[in-house]
Amino acid sequence: MPKNNPAKPWRVIPGFGLTLGLTLGWLSVLVLIPLTSLFVMASGLSLDQWLAILADTRVQAAFRLSFGGALVAALINAAAGLLVAWVLVRYDFPGRRLIDAMVDLPFALPTAVAGIALAALYAPQGWIGQLIEPLGIKVAFTPLGAIVAMVFVGLPFVVRTVQPVLEDIDSEVEEAAASLGAGRWQTFTRVILPTLAPALLTGFALAFARAVGEYGSVIFIAGNFPGLSEIVPLLIVVRLEQYDYVGATAIAAIMLVASFVLLLAINGLQRWNRDRLSRGAA
Amino acid sequence: MRRDESSLIRWLLIALALGFLGLFLVLPLAAVLAQALGKGTGAYFAALTQPDAWAAIRLTLLVAAIAVPVNIGFGLVASWAIAKFDFRGKSLLISLIDLPFSVSPVISGLVFVLLFGLQGWFGETLRDHNIRVLFAVPGIVLATMFVTFPFVARELIPLMEEQGREEEEAAIVLGAGGFKTFLTVTLPNVKWGLLHGVLLCNARAMGEFGAVSVVSGHIRGLTNTMPLHVEILYNEYDFVGAFAVASLLALLALLTLVAKSALEWRLRDEISALRQS
Repeated sequence: MPKNNPAKPWRVIPGFGLTLGLTLGWLSVLVLIPLTSLFVMASGLSLDQWLAILADTRVQAAFRLSFGGALVAALINAAAGLLVAWVLVRYDFPGRRLIDAMVDLPFALPTAVAGIALAALYAPQGWIGQLIEPLGIKVAFTPLGAIVAMVFVGLPFVVRTVQPVLEDIDSEVEEAAASLGAGRWQTFTRVILPTLAPALLTGFALAFARAVGEYGSVIFIAGNFPGLSEIVPLLIVVRLEQYDYVGATAIAAIMLVASFVLLLAINGLQRWNRDRLSRGAA
Repeated sequence: MRRDESSLIRWLLIALALGFLGLFLVLPLAAVLAQALGKGTGAYFAALTQPDAWAAIRLTLLVAAIAVPVNIGFGLVASWAIAKFDFRGKSLLISLIDLPFSVSPVISGLVFVLLFGLQGWFGETLRDHNIRVLFAVPGIVLATMFVTFPFVARELIPLMEEQGREEEEAAIVLGAGGFKTFLTVTLPNVKWGLLHGVLLCNARAMGEFGAVSVVSGHIRGLTNTMPLHVEILYNEYDFVGAFAVASLLALLALLTLVAKSALEWRLRDEISALRQS
């Protein structure tokens, strides 16, 4: 008989120590140590160096565009993603399954390909560019172009977080609201939207996080004018190409901290979302 | 009871949604194709048979051929540890595995520059031993492994947790070894989920741009992957060449989507069967 020591539970399945050890080892070597090296480098900077980097108007402008642009793009994605999810779940129309599958295209299409395609579309001679240019709207080589690319890369997130929740909504609740005299719009804003809120917010945060760090699809269409249409990841690359490792590391460290804060927020949102779902099912 | 929108509103909403998706998904794909074939099929195939384009294709395949199997190995090991056992800090470990997803691609490349660059931690040691990591294939592989790190693991962990441990426990009580149990019980159970993760991992490995761009040094014919080659040609105003290589990557993306959707229908059936039993 195997020993049954209460302090160390007897396990039927073998390989715990081996697989956990390999997991932790590989995680450390490939992910944790490299990321730590960035913070160690950044912590070696003096206060004066930090202040000089933060006072640089080019750096400030890049952060404004990366975070401001990502915010606008995520808001657009929240609205459009909700609409797409609604249409895919609630209505039946020819090609629905094909379109459902297409939504994940931004996950599968390499960012450089998306970048040059969008740049070609919105350039002054491009299919879209030549339609909007006479109206005085310039997208390519402006901050607007960066936002268009950010909308593209963030597109699947809201759809894919809202869709399953929408599928699970009990039709009885809507019928009850309708029988109590609520109009369709009232039912939507008072009953459906509050149920979707955690998923919608999660999708919004995921799209925002993705857009903040996005590089490949943005740089071709944005034109990358310093202080105007230059995003933070590109500024890091510029600093590296100038062999300014200190500058690149400092900017990257700020970005990374922002990403971790976002990650924590997203984890919290997802927990909220799950709790709501399981309470709804109970 | 009126529970549905009028058909006018319904079609308006469908039209709006399709318009948005057409603008952001269909038009970019169509633009890639139109630009690639803009000067005829002759120019298209001539662009694809350039030696530099071939070198880029070969390097991309090589990088994926290393990064994807490593990722499969890690994913299987990590999901075995996480799904088949209980231990403290499990959710923290899962979050750490997901970490590379929330790091900007450029930063994913930068960390390896900081480690292996001349001014980096291991820079001098590597130079003394004449080992090139940065601006060479090892750096590209490392950066690709970093950005694809979570793909297979995050696919398998929830699937294996859902499937439970009874089958493995039964096999082992009946005398099968741990590895044999894994091969004959666990692996067949997760094969579709594994394939799903591999597809996404492969698409990202072949398509990664930002991280690879930082570590590659853009040496034509040597350290240019397909996405990097697209960038170089585009910046040289060789649009047919850039979009021709891009069209191959777009084709890869479409094939990935088709295979992924087919798998998802299958997985959905299997999971609902699992929940019913």
